[in-house]
Amino acid sequence: MKAAGPLAAAASAPARQGGARRLVDRVARVRELGIVAALAVLFGVTGAANPSFLSYGSIRDILLNSAIIALLAVGQTLVVVTRNVDLSVSSVVGLSAFGGALVLADRPGVPVPLVIAGCVLLGAACGAVNGLLVGVAGVPALVATLGTLYAFRGVDYAWAGGRQVNAADMPEGFLTLGTRSVLGVPLPALVALAVLLAVGWMLRNLRSGRELYAIGSSPEAAVLAGIRVRRRVLTAFVASGALAGLAGVMWAARFGTVDATVATGKELDVIAAVVVGGVAIFGGSGSVYGAALGALLLASITSALAVLRVDALAQTAVNGALLLAAIVLDRLLALRVAAALRRGRFRDDR
Amino acid sequence: MEETPVLSLSQVSKAFGAVRAVREVSLELRAGEIHALAGENGAGKSTLVKILSGVHRPDSGRVLLDGRPVEFAGPADAQRAGVAVIYQEPTLFPDLSVMENIFMGRQPRARLGLDRRAMRAATAELFGRLGVHLDPGRPARGLSIADQQLVEIAKALSLRARVLVMDEPTAALSGQEAERLFGVAEALREQGAALLFISHRLEEIFRLCRRVTTLRDGALVAADLVADLTPDDLVRRMVGRELEALFPKQDTRAGAVALRVRRLTREGVFTDVSFEVRRGEIVALAGLVGAGRSEVARAVFGIDRWDAGSVEVDGRRLRPASPTAAMAAGLALVPEDRRQQGLVMDLSIERNVGLAGLAALRRGPLISRLAERERARDWAVRLRLKFARLSDPVGVLSGGNQQKVVLAKWLARGPSVLIVDEPTRGIDVGTKAEVHRLLSELAASGVAVLMISSELPEVLGMADRVLVMHEGRLVAELDRASATEESVMAAATGRSAA
Repeated sequence: MKAAGPLAAAASAPARQGGARRLVDRVARVRELGIVAALAVLFGVTGAANPSFLSYGSIRDILLNSAIIALLAVGQTLVVVTRNVDLSVSSVVGLSAFGGALVLADRPGVPVPLVIAGCVLLGAACGAVNGLLVGVAGVPALVATLGTLYAFRGVDYAWAGGRQVNAADMPEGFLTLGTRSVLGVPLPALVALAVLLAVGWMLRNLRSGRELYAIGSSPEAAVLAGIRVRRRVLTAFVASGALAGLAGVMWAARFGTVDATVATGKELDVIAAVVVGGVAIFGGSGSVYGAALGALLLASITSALAVLRVDALAQTAVNGALLLAAIVLDRLLALRVAAALRRGRFRDDR
Repeated sequence: MEETPVLSLSQVSKAFGAVRAVREVSLELRAGEIHALAGENGAGKSTLVKILSGVHRPDSGRVLLDGRPVEFAGPADAQRAGVAVIYQEPTLFPDLSVMENIFMGRQPRARLGLDRRAMRAATAELFGRLGVHLDPGRPARGLSIADQQLVEIAKALSLRARVLVMDEPTAALSGQEAERLFGVAEALREQGAALLFISHRLEEIFRLCRRVTTLRDGALVAADLVADLTPDDLVRRMVGRELEALFPKQDTRAGAVALRVRRLTREGVFTDVSFEVRRGEIVALAGLVGAGRSEVARAVFGIDRWDAGSVEVDGRRLRPASPTAAMAAGLALVPEDRRQQGLVMDLSIERNVGLAGLAALRRGPLISRLAERERARDWAVRLRLKFARLSDPVGVLSGGNQQKVVLAKWLARGPSVLIVDEPTRGIDVGTKAEVHRLLSELAASGVAVLMISSELPEVLGMADRVLVMHEGRLVAELDRASATEESVMAAATGRSAA
């Protein structure tokens, strides 16, 4: 960007961009590419040690295992970019899985699509509770959703009253949804992919999507810019809840056996996936693609460690180490970008 | 010209707790006219701006749009009504691109998704009008204050507003950038926009504006045609009192050097700053917002690292980046933002006073509540603190009294060097005079005082010497006799060769 006048700047828009911009672009891309590279290394190394890891069955299992977390990570990203967090997702999954399974078992007449829609609505309602607490009542998200994490789970326990719904109680047509493949790809993974692409497009191309980033980047500036912050934050939580509701039905279809403890503790896996995927935990940046890739990477590592016969207890430690590595990498990248932008500024000034 | 004003305020008042920021102020903005709002810092200008922009709702009085009363529920409402505001402090989204910052919520749309090409072109066009050389696609993070301000201006222009409010838009700009802004403002005026212009540079008001409304301590002092006034008239309206009464600086004899700062540099923030402060002296550090004054203070006190240079207190070199070492050496820092940095708002008065000197309050391993209360009571009397109970949280005190608590906290340590950053920002006139009296007494008792202030009258009234910073460098040192409003401002805006 030497003495580029307005016309030159406009004309050269795609071709010649500032150095700082290019670097930021590259780093942003590298962020997702980095996960892809990590996946490649993981598959290469594990596949060399045990070729069965690369078999169709193994990869299909990984996709199945990561689909639900990836779906939740997409919803979580919507909340995290607004500088909030939704810890209650696992309880919403539990509630939705149990509710869906119960209706299917006890009321065989209800059509499956209606049950799925009901579960999504149930999730959205839970999300609305979170959204009202955080966006409207101003309770910090960490505390509000920790509260609803327990509250929703409590409702789930009370509702279930110790009951377990088994695969035999549910219609066959529903259960195959959890395991069926289309063109060789498991259906849950396709659903997660479709949601991922839709949400990814919306975050990038809708004004409301951009406003979520704006809110997370600077809440004060968002208010001054006339963004309806409360409404947007509420929407993000509702969307996260709705996706958790969808994930709940998927859980019931995939595993067949559902009780009140379904998905307990999974919220941490989801947040880990989001962070590993490069979504800034303080909001404002990151993409759903990264978050979904993060979920895929974590699921792949779990599978790889099992294939490599690593102790199951050590797996948790490895996941933790990976999370820390992701955060350290984020910090280093942020420092480099900041330095690059400072240099860029002096160049702009000539 | 007596048509209905586009936007006007009628007898509006706004209070924040005990502080009445704006009292029954009326203001009329007419199409095709640039209206100036004058007043010292803390006179209520920024509050008035935030009422116009829908951030604050007035406690009483009305906002009228085209003569009809309106209530702005928020900034979005005001924007829709055609009111654009350039805030004094830039409010950008650091993670987003410059062009998205400008068009947030109004991004051009293509058939499918956002039209980033059109957004880039529109941004480039706005930057062309303002003569800005920035890549529209770069993120706002890392922009200089001046560039941030220019992005804010571009944003306001892009709204094509009927009313444009500019709150000290030129504070961080170079002369050339400011000229371009004036050109744009005049063009907007010709197109029939109503503009409200706030500046502490009087010559800008006289050059650009037709009318001027002056505020003092939240109240309307006068509304004049600029043509009827001289700059001296305007200053008198703004200050409205004898400086001597407000700034009771005692003459003192400067003693030994207490604080010596040599070639202090923090890359990208300030460069090569050298000065000394002697015992018994009040040295003011003047300059525009963003010139790096507070940053120098933070580095001297050890909050931030410095990259080169040294700091000596009473002849001993200070360990860098250690507030503990700075405090042990006898430094004290009363920060700019007392709510965030100076006080723990939920703690009681006595606890806050005790915080910086807990070692002295220790009896064995425990803190003595009795000693803490004794100390707080002692300082409350000495500083004439107005309070109900010492166990009340400091949050309930008025701004001025809160500032006294911060001062008490540090004075209880018996510092040899006291750094005060904007010591009287946002506090009422009476307490202001008391703070000034206190600083003056401290200097007389042999403390070296370094005072950062953006209020020129305060700088001129209180300081034995004035240091002026401009864009991270110390550009002038003026003694009491040669420091005038003009000489300080000239140096602060980089217009003097000094």
